[in-house]
Amino acid sequence: MSVSQMSAALQTDAFAEQPIVRYRKVSKSFGDLQVIKEIDLNIAPGEKVAVIGPSGSGKTTLVRMLMTLERPSGGTIEVDGEMLWHKRVNGKLVPADEKHLQRVRCKIGMVFQQFNLFPHMNVLRNVTEAPVHVLGLSRAEAEERAREMLTKVGLADKLDAYPAKLSGGQQQRVAIARALVMRPKVMLFDEVTSALDPELVGEVLTVIKEIAAEGDMTMMLVTHEMDFAREVADRVIFIDNGEIMEQGPPWAIFGHPRHPRTRAFLSRFRKK
Amino acid sequence: MVIWDWEFAIKVLPDLFKAMRVTVAATFAGFGLALVIGLILALGRRASFKPLSLLSRGIIEFIRSTPLLIQLFFIFYALPLATGISLSAFQAGALGLGLHYGTYLSEVYRAGIDAIPRGQWEAATALNFSRLHTWTRIILPQAIPPIIPVMGNYLIAMFKETPLLSTITVVEMLQTAKIIGSEWYRYLEPFTIVGALFLLLSYPASVLVRRLELRLNQR
Amino acid sequence: MFELLPALLRGLGVTVQLTVLGSILGFILAFLTGLARLSRYSPVRFIAACYVEVFRGSSLLVQLFWMFYALPFFGIRLPGLAVGVLALGMNFGAYGSEIVRSSILAIPQGQTEAAIALNFTPFQRLWRIILPQAWLIMIPSFGNLLIELLKGTSLVSLITLTDLAFQGALLRETTGRTIEIYSLLLIIYFILAFFITLSMRWLERLAAVGRS
Ligand SMILES: Nc1ncnc2c1ncn2[C@@H]1O[C@H](COP(=O)(O)OP(=O)(O)OP(=O)(O)O)[C@@H](O)[C@H]1O
Ligand SMILES: [Mg+2]
Repeated sequence: MSVSQMSAALQTDAFAEQPIVRYRKVSKSFGDLQVIKEIDLNIAPGEKVAVIGPSGSGKTTLVRMLMTLERPSGGTIEVDGEMLWHKRVNGKLVPADEKHLQRVRCKIGMVFQQFNLFPHMNVLRNVTEAPVHVLGLSRAEAEERAREMLTKVGLADKLDAYPAKLSGGQQQRVAIARALVMRPKVMLFDEVTSALDPELVGEVLTVIKEIAAEGDMTMMLVTHEMDFAREVADRVIFIDNGEIMEQGPPWAIFGHPRHPRTRAFLSRFRKK
Repeated sequence: MVIWDWEFAIKVLPDLFKAMRVTVAATFAGFGLALVIGLILALGRRASFKPLSLLSRGIIEFIRSTPLLIQLFFIFYALPLATGISLSAFQAGALGLGLHYGTYLSEVYRAGIDAIPRGQWEAATALNFSRLHTWTRIILPQAIPPIIPVMGNYLIAMFKETPLLSTITVVEMLQTAKIIGSEWYRYLEPFTIVGALFLLLSYPASVLVRRLELRLNQR
Repeated sequence: MFELLPALLRGLGVTVQLTVLGSILGFILAFLTGLARLSRYSPVRFIAACYVEVFRGSSLLVQLFWMFYALPFFGIRLPGLAVGVLALGMNFGAYGSEIVRSSILAIPQGQTEAAIALNFTPFQRLWRIILPQAWLIMIPSFGNLLIELLKGTSLVSLITLTDLAFQGALLRETTGRTIEIYSLLLIIYFILAFFITLSMRWLERLAAVGRS
């Protein structure tokens, strides 16, 4: 079986149900530089997908397009059966407006490499601001949800602290709680431990593993932590130069990488 | 009703142009003074002798936070009574501008001097340069180029404040416009032209300064 | 010397009134224009830029005189106080818009992105996330600008408004005590400016809660 046949087989297997995320021939260029090249990718509900690849290969761009932070130059992205960047008017595809984006976007949450907590709000406000003002929950409801999430990430005692007073690991865990409290169907993690001191990486990965273990959340994890990817991912995608070079279950990708580029990438990693 | 009278506008233009010379002269005289006063105040502020640095700071704060208009009145009307030195209106105006903007420039100098790495001072000490030599050959030549755009901005700002000199009888552009206006009972054209002339000179100048700033930032 | 004070302070009300009203108008214009200059629509940006360049590029005193002497030619005859507030406010607004604009631009892009990821509307992003942070950066610059405005109010004495500077000139004519009058005036303005500085510092502390 060739690589492509194999991944095709894998895909049909996983897609007894409708995929929750579907990239169709998605491309992205910055000026003359094409950083994503007609990528097709389906993700099943509840699936945990780890995205690995060398620096500058387009991993961040891939997830940012799903978060609506970057507009694809070509192709379509669907979330839960609904077009993300386009809508259908009289049978024709037209670019989506802000209202449409807002409706589809509520199914997606994201955690950033640089945390991006709101520095002018304490932890509780950081986590409740969106539930109150976007979901329209009452403050009491929002705080209850927030407490629950902050307990989950181990920060129930930091409700009144401001981000500047927290360690990087704590900040990132608040950021995770802030995204989770919106109850998205798909969570995106873009190298969430890369900005952390090595001794703080563990606490953040532990929290993500716990969330993954609960099962129903669909996750897309861009990461350089290969052990972590092996542990949480159902599927690992190796991207190089804006293309999916190889994908498969962790044991296959890490154990028996087929593509020479994957092998080169992984061996470079082991040496480090 | 034709509001704007071109004929009148063209007739008064030469007088306004002539007055522009006074405006420009006052700007440069004031700025020259400001450059010197600013440096003195900046050095005074850095002085290790505490009373001197406090005094400089006090002067800077006081002049900066009081109106130029009153300062001009003070210099022109009160100073001669207090000291016996009487200045011409133009001299008083230039001195007022120079003092006022000197306090702003002192802050600019300070920023420039503070940006010099400690190592430069240490190297100068290690080479046993005299203090004068350190300042004139090492520190200021490095401190001043980066602050030239900011100084340019203050030059433009000062230029736009020269109309205040009309209040102490300097016949610059605004005063000329006022005289014309009261003579012909038409204020629209002269004041509009004066405003336009200020814009015409200061806008390109500020674009130039912005360019210079970009160039310096690129280096 | 101090027996001159009561007569001088008769102008204090007008000076304070002009400072307060001028800064209110100025703040509103500064925010509207600062935001307009960041607009997606180029005509909006263009109009805002024109306003800013005209008012920053010509002189405050010329603007004041123009509104006082030239505006009536268009049939618009405003009371002196209104002219003062309008000229000061529009001038303040033009300079202030640059403060607003640059402070907004100084907020890291990641803040907007996080707000998008949480599905805030564009208005909520601005109002709840960006402006509160930009505000902290703006305060010191607005403090300086406010002092410039206070200083600028002295110019209204030249269009017959009876502010501090006007009372000073009047008193000088009747008493001839030039040195004392102008010294007192400078000190009064200095105290007013100091008061502004203190208030801005207090505001800054208030806005900086939780941030080190
Ligand atoms: N806004 C942008 N404008 C121009 N080029 C961009 C932009 N964003 C990303 N790029 C380029 O696109 C390419 C892919 O970037 P991307 O951030 O997606 O890579 P990545 O795989 O996430 O890399 P890393 O592991 O370093 O995070 C890079 O060459 C990058 O320089
Ligand atoms: Mg990346």
